[in-house]
Amino acid sequence: MRTFAIMKRVLTEMIRDKRSLALMFLAPILVLWLMSVIFTANSTTNVEVGTVGVTSSVSTNLDQVKHVTVHHYANEANAKKAMKADKIDAIIHKTDNDYSLTYANTDSSKTSAVKMAFKSALTQTNINQMKSQLGVAQKTIGKLQATLPVQAQRQLQSQMPTQKKATTPQITNHYVYGDSSTGFFDKMLPVLMGFFVFFFVFLISGMALLKERTSGTLSRLLATPVRRSEIVFGYMASYGILAIFQTILIVMATIWLLGVEVVGSVISIIVINLILALVALAFGILLSTFANSEFQMMQFIPILIIPQVFFSGIIPMDSMASWIQDISYIIPIKYSGDAVTGIMMQGKSLFSFGLDISVLLIFLVVLTFLNVRGLKRYRKV
Amino acid sequence: MADAIIDLKHLVKKFGKQTVLKDVNLAVMPKQIVGLIGPSGAGKSTVIKTALGMEVADGGSATVFGQVMPNRKLLSRIGYMAQTDALYDSLSGRENLKFFAQMKGIKKSEIKTSIEHVAKVVDLQDDLDKRVSGYSGGMMRRLSLSIALLGNPELLVLDEPTVGIDPALRRQIWRELGSIRDEGRSILITTHVMDEAELTDKVALLLGGKVIAFNEPVVLKTQYRVDSIEDVFLKAEGELQ
Ligand SMILES: Nc1ncnc2c1ncn2[C@@H]1O[C@H](COP(=O)(O)OP(=O)(O)O)[C@@H](O)[C@H]1O
Ligand SMILES: [Mg+2]
Repeated sequence: MRTFAIMKRVLTEMIRDKRSLALMFLAPILVLWLMSVIFTANSTTNVEVGTVGVTSSVSTNLDQVKHVTVHHYANEANAKKAMKADKIDAIIHKTDNDYSLTYANTDSSKTSAVKMAFKSALTQTNINQMKSQLGVAQKTIGKLQATLPVQAQRQLQSQMPTQKKATTPQITNHYVYGDSSTGFFDKMLPVLMGFFVFFFVFLISGMALLKERTSGTLSRLLATPVRRSEIVFGYMASYGILAIFQTILIVMATIWLLGVEVVGSVISIIVINLILALVALAFGILLSTFANSEFQMMQFIPILIIPQVFFSGIIPMDSMASWIQDISYIIPIKYSGDAVTGIMMQGKSLFSFGLDISVLLIFLVVLTFLNVRGLKRYRKV
Repeated sequence: MADAIIDLKHLVKKFGKQTVLKDVNLAVMPKQIVGLIGPSGAGKSTVIKTALGMEVADGGSATVFGQVMPNRKLLSRIGYMAQTDALYDSLSGRENLKFFAQMKGIKKSEIKTSIEHVAKVVDLQDDLDKRVSGYSGGMMRRLSLSIALLGNPELLVLDEPTVGIDPALRRQIWRELGSIRDEGRSILITTHVMDEAELTDKVALLLGGKVIAFNEPVVLKTQYRVDSIEDVFLKAEGELQ
């Protein structure tokens, strides 16, 4: 009953605080939209490549690679001039049988794009060469076959059909999730979504409790027979409701506004983010007891919130030192990110993330317990 | 003699190295208004907080209604008004009152009449539906007091309730406190307004971490051979130095 009254009061206060509401609901969408614009633009980087002495077959293949334009230069000096004038991003110079590549490298994504394009152009050229060589070989075999007795010819033919097919390799690309336009942004999205939920719930709930403490309403509340747990649960209920709406909004914005594909169940995503929001709430309440002003609350952001992003899986962790990987095990956003990635991209069910959910729930229980205990600072029973 | 409603015995309270209360003895009897006076920083609020169990004493004992504090359940029988207003700004006066009524565990059917009653005592009936952020300082103080009065608690603990309230309303509030006392309830009130101390049944002078005098105002005045509590206070302070 008291829990319900506290929930109602917190919600009323929140609804009347238009700025915080906007921060919670509009800011994530704005940032998501901006990021999608930026990262989508990045995935279609156009590169200009200068070639010197490169065979026409290689350079034609290179030119055929999407977003790559090839310019021929008579000698290296001309090419370098062009690079200085910012006309080309890389120079491919062939001497004898070796290639030397020079990158302007002012934009690492362009450099890697050139590397990729060059590799594929070379492979393509090699395949073409192999194809023509194979053709020659086959003709020779055919001539040889003709000279063989009829019986032997039949035998050979029944053994050879596989070889014929192998001569015309075709490369088709398959995408497990999304299509060729799926980029970095889509992979970040599950983690980013979790980060928004975590960050805003943490900040706003932490501030709310801080205000309750500094304005004295917390003492006044604790001068009534309310249980400490009723206060914590009242806050959890109200921010839980808020987090549900926030997640729905973010998921809808991701699907409708940004056109990101969600393979799995949207409800599962909401469930995960709801648990994450409660963890963030408990974390915010806990930290607010260590802050004496709103500015001190803000000081926790660069120390405790931003670093979480780096360990949350936005950046692939496989190649990092093992101690860094170990840190990620205590980052709540990592677990929600893993689960939401699986649900959103692979269509896995909520139940296949039992471990991730359990870990989040353990965080929640421990932090909630600490909060209920922590209120003892203000009333000894 | 009836049992004391509040009974503080040899109360000691330290904050870090600072010993704020050295040896506080104080009893509030049923049907009594006890005033706790002392200069600011003397530890009046600390006495109250310790009595209510918000702070734990480092020595001595605090009992309320015969039970050792801190005790959560007893809080439903106490109306407390803190020195700071402690209100929810974005809620209206009525919403604040309703919320605290719910927290105090007042029956749903009684909440409405209780709110009407306390609002009348502090003369806030017409402003109940305004948001607290639009209240003046005095209005906030009155709302804060009315929250303490909710549910007719057997014991009122008021920390400087009349600061920032104009004289006419102050009189009205003291009249209300008087009638609460006459109903058989008890009040512990801190103040640094000396003429208010004259209106209490017993005055405790808190100085240097101790209650250096605790008696009826008339008795104190004759004891110190002066004609106002203010002079008692000044004389006691002078003697201490
Ligand atoms: N929570 C606290 N932590 C540290 N010191 C405190 C705390 N509360 C009060 N004090 C100190 O105790 C002394 C008495 O404070 P207080 O009881 O508020 O005085 P009064 O109410 O008589 O003005 C002051 O010196 C104050 O600084
Ligand atoms: Mg005080």
